[in-house]
Amino acid sequence: MIISLSKETVEVIKEQDTIFLRNRIKECATKAGMGLVNQTKLITAASELARNMLRYGGGGSVQVEIVSKGKENGIRLAFIDKGPGIADIPLAMKDGYSTGKSLGLGLPGAKRLVSEFDIKSKVGEGTVITILKWKNG
Amino acid sequence: MDRIPILRMGPFLLVTIQTDLYDRLALSLEADLVQMVSKTGARGVLIDISAQSIVDSFMGRIIGNIASMCKILDAETVVVGMQPAVAITLIELGLELKGVYTALNVERGMELLQSKITLPTEDTEEEE
Repeated sequence: MIISLSKETVEVIKEQDTIFLRNRIKECATKAGMGLVNQTKLITAASELARNMLRYGGGGSVQVEIVSKGKENGIRLAFIDKGPGIADIPLAMKDGYSTGKSLGLGLPGAKRLVSEFDIKSKVGEGTVITILKWKNG
Repeated sequence: MDRIPILRMGPFLLVTIQTDLYDRLALSLEADLVQMVSKTGARGVLIDISAQSIVDSFMGRIIGNIASMCKILDAETVVVGMQPAVAITLIELGLELKGVYTALNVERGMELLQSKITLPTEDTEEEE
């Protein structure tokens, strides 16, 4: 069972907010005892998802949680937007697919960088993407 | 708006990115650098990213773009100082930075740039 040790919400409305988000995640990850490489992977994944949320979802909020399962600590992030939603999730998760002009690495790349990845989306209602990175995962 | 300073050093341009990058800042750096290469006739561009704790797909793409654009303007680009954790993350993310020269630090980066271009003074010496 996963227990939440601390929880806070960071609003991401404009680009500069992503820098504040990155710093908050770094602080929490350090508190959870996560090493530098895993921190870097987690923050990079968060940066990709925050950008997607700004670009396609019109901004939103990110829940930053320190979680624990047995002896293992980790960081769980939930990216919540009330944008148009994603109609075809498997397509959006494909490497190299993008409706914008980007490389299409954001979603699949973020998934590769974390331990657990979950995406829920309803067209017209919004998207929630939850990622979890274990300290040693 | 914030701006990242570009220093001129002989035939090269030097950029040390000390602040955390957000997308618009990276885009303005791209535009400024290409303008500067064109205006100064610089033959090489050295970008120091040692202060960057992350490089994601957008920043990676900007770095690639800068290298391609400068190449068209006859200038080579070297990226130096990437942190090991950033290199690990970039490859796992799926970004290989193809076509971008890299070096471990500023010193080696300058050596690499110098080896990539033939400076005009050396040309005249050869002609003599």
